[in-house]
Order: sequence, then structure tokens, then C-alpha cells
Amino acid sequence: MKIVVTIVGQDRVGIIAMVSNILAENNVNILNINQNIIDGFFNMVMIAEMSESKIKLVELQKILCDKGQDINLEIRAQHQDIFNVMHRI
Amino acid sequence: MITIDDVLETNRMITENKLDVRTITMGISLRDCAHPNITKFCENIYDKITSSAEFLVKTGEDIEAEYGIPIIHKRVSVTPIAIVAEACKTDTYVPIAEAMDKAAKEVGVNFIGGFSALVEKGYTQGDHILIKSIPQALATTELVCSSVNLGSTKAGINMDCVREMGEIIKRTAELTRDREAIGCAKLVVFSNAPGDNPFMAGAFHGVSEAEKVVSVGVSGPGVVKHALEGLKGADFTEVAETIKKTAFKITRVGQLVAKEASRRLGVPFGIIDLSLAPTPAVGDSVAHIIEEMGIESCGAPGTTAALALLNDAVKKGGLMASSHVGGLSGAFIPVSEDAGMIDAVACGSLSIEKLEAMTCVCSVGLDMIAIEGDTSAATISGIIADEAAIGMINNKTTAVRVIPVPGKKVGDTVEFGGLLGYCPILPVHNQYSSEAFIARGGRIPAPVRSLTN
Repeated sequence: MKIVVTIVGQDRVGIIAMVSNILAENNVNILNINQNIIDGFFNMVMIAEMSESKIKLVELQKILCDKGQDINLEIRAQHQDIFNVMHRI
Repeated sequence: MITIDDVLETNRMITENKLDVRTITMGISLRDCAHPNITKFCENIYDKITSSAEFLVKTGEDIEAEYGIPIIHKRVSVTPIAIVAEACKTDTYVPIAEAMDKAAKEVGVNFIGGFSALVEKGYTQGDHILIKSIPQALATTELVCSSVNLGSTKAGINMDCVREMGEIIKRTAELTRDREAIGCAKLVVFSNAPGDNPFMAGAFHGVSEAEKVVSVGVSGPGVVKHALEGLKGADFTEVAETIKKTAFKITRVGQLVAKEASRRLGVPFGIIDLSLAPTPAVGDSVAHIIEEMGIESCGAPGTTAALALLNDAVKKGGLMASSHVGGLSGAFIPVSEDAGMIDAVACGSLSIEKLEAMTCVCSVGLDMIAIEGDTSAATISGIIADEAAIGMINNKTTAVRVIPVPGKKVGDTVEFGGLLGYCPILPVHNQYSSEAFIARGGRIPAPVRSLTN
């Protein structure tokens, strides 16, 4: 199952490292990273494969969300299909 | 590959424009529950509902979390009780409503629909008992919704039932007067009611439906309004195209949720109801879409045309996005559940009479309208007859859900709470009597289907 991790918030050192670490610890494989910074605002979309993951998506969501809140970032992890169905026929 | 813009657009729709899936509704047939003993019958329906829908709420919550899309309601609809309870030797169906309420609470859904009768051509004994039980049933239960279909394009209008429903609505208001007549918010009178509607209060599991189905009602007025904000001054071709594209995207999400819910629950997928269902929250209003098109306040001249375009474009956009479309499908205009409609009523721009015209082109009818408590039963019946006639002649679903709030006058506001919202009392401007018309009874014959002018 592929997931999309979205990170939105104020830019700072180490955001990608932090998220990548959490994913690696749980055996979630990053497939693609897309990011940009608009007016100091950090936007990142990461696509990852979690079929070999140690934990369930809802558990990963909670870890990412809690960690994000500590440093004022909004981090969401969603099943990829919601984006596929909306934007691809 | 999905782009960053695609992801951000979807998430903006969810977080800022309040895109959600309004309801996952499981339709359950109760046709195998019939029993002459009402206690045994109640046990049968309780067991069937609780075993069928045991995992409905949990499944909805799982899908909601995994895809990051809010699913607001999880609900159950059942075969019209007047049909399945008919074999019971009893003169009241109130205990059946109580059993439905208990089952709904057990599985954790927030409404159960189907305390219903289909009487467009005539009453059976069961229909009579059910309709007479409605006021008490809605007063003693919390989650049960009731509906009565009293007209159709094929059968005409049952005017005996039109008369009776005026009185039933008054009685229901009276029995729930300590709660702002909330019973009436759970009671809909239909013409051309669909058997696969997932939305409350009018949902029931039609007699031609499968054993169990999962249907989904989508929503998203905020998303449509946002899309139109970028089109200031654009012509209507462009407006319609934009609404279609937006409706397509919204519906694809609904289709995904429906398919996933169907797979996980092991219950066939029924239909997607392509609806723009507002809530009282800011940014979730159908009236605001109409105003975005250029109408200063919903109800002003041009409103019906704007709503017609909106309703049609939502259907056209949604149809390709779903494998099976049904239910009510279109734009709802429930007054108390739409922040823009509430404002329009408060400033005097929107009246019941204009709403009646709007129901000729919207998806349902006069919905969630609070009126003065001393409005006569005959006047309410007159409103129902007019609305049923619009549905019958135009081959569409129409409905009436009015709430005559005891003790309230024009100038007062009623608070129903939650998604049922709040509403200023609307005046029924024409105070002349419909008494003698309604007293006639009988049937209005089915209309001719050609020579349509």
C-alpha cells in the first residue's frame, strides 16, 4: 500500500531528516519526495510504500502528527488512493 | 505520479472547504422479520439490524482515518415498517420504533430511517397504523426517522393522506414541544420518494433493493463555492463547466469510500447520492454558491435559475465519477442547516413562497423550515399538496419537512442543535384558508405524460 505524507509549516533545519527517520524506523520505504518553500512556508509531499511496515497506517499517522505538533508542523499521512481517484481517471 | 499540487488541492478541499463524505448508509431488508407477535417481531428486527450493522461505524471510522477524509454520519435504513409490520396483531407500531432506536444506539449510528409508509395510491391496514403511530414514535425515540410517500407521477396524490399528514405534523410538534418540536425534524412527507436515498430523515430501504446495500451521500458546497470564487464575471458556460469538474472530483472520493466500505463490510455497493448537502458551519452553504454566482442574497430574482444550473451541473459532473448513481442527487436547500439560507431568511430575502419555486429545480423540497406553532393543520396540508403536485407533474422527488414550533412567532428563532442547525420562524404570508380544499380527500389523478407545456 502506498501512502502520501504531507508536511506543511514554517521551514527549519532537519524536517526531512526527522520524517525520514520515523519512516525508516518503521520500515516504510520512501519512493518520491517533492518539496518547495513559498515565503518561508515549507510544503512537502512524500510518497512511500508501507506494505512491509512494522506498524499500521493509523499508528504511523499518530506518531507523525505528534512529532509534527512538537515543532509546529502539520503532518498528515493518507492512503494514496484518495489522490489517485480525484486527479486521475 | 501524483503531483504536489494535486495533493495540496485535495487537502485544501478537506481542511479549508469542508469537503466530506456526508453519510455511509447501510440499507437492510427486514422482509424476513415479519411475525404476528409484535414482541417477537421487535426481537427479529433488533437482531437483524445489530448483526448486519455491527461493524458499520468502525469501518467508517477506519476509512476516515486512512484516507484522511471526514465521514460525518454512519446510518441505517430499513424496509418501510408499514410493510414488514403489517402481519403484527397490534394497533400501534410505537414499540417497533423503540426497538429500532435501541438497535441504532447499540450499533452506534446517529439515525435510523424507515419508520415509513408508501401510500401514494392508497392505504393498507399497516399504513394506517404506522401513520397514526408517528407522533408518539418520534416523541419517545431519539434516532428514528419517519417518512411517508403520498404522491407520485405514476399514481397521483393521495389527498386523504395529505389531510392526515397535516394533523400528524401538528401532533408530532405538540408531543415534542419541550424540545422545539424536534419530532417534526425527523419526519418527511414525499412525492416520488426514491427507495435508495441514503440521506435522513427520508431514507428507507426500498422494496426492490437487495438484502443489504451500502450507499454513500457526498457533499461539498464549500468546494464548489471556492472553485467559483476564481471566476468573477465569467459567463455561465464557464460556471457550469467548473461546477461539473468540481462535482466530478467530489464524487470520485465518494465512490472510493463506497467501494471500500462495501468491500470491508462484505455488503454490495448500492448507489452514490450526488448531493451538495450544506451544514450550518461557515463555508458549507448552498446559498453562498448562489450568491457567488452574483445574486446579492439568496431568494432574490435569479435564484431559481442559479439553483437550476447548479443542480444540473452537479449531476452531470458526478455521473461519470460513479458507477451507480441514485438517491436524491442534486443540491439540497434545508433552511436551518445552511448558514446562507438562515441569513437570507433573517434579512427578509428568502420566503417560503420563493423556496417553493426553488424546489421545482432543486433535489428535494421544502426542507427544515420552522413556521409558527399555531399554523393550522389544513394550511400545512395545503403546503404539502402544492409540493407533492410539483413533484408529480415534474417527475421529480419533492418533499416537505416543516416544523410548526408551538409557542413561537415570526421574529423568534429556534435552535435544533447540531447539524439540524437553527432557524428564524418563517412567515406563511398567505393567511387565507385551505380548509375546504383539504377536507375533500380522495385522490388527485395521475397526470398525463404528453402534451407537456
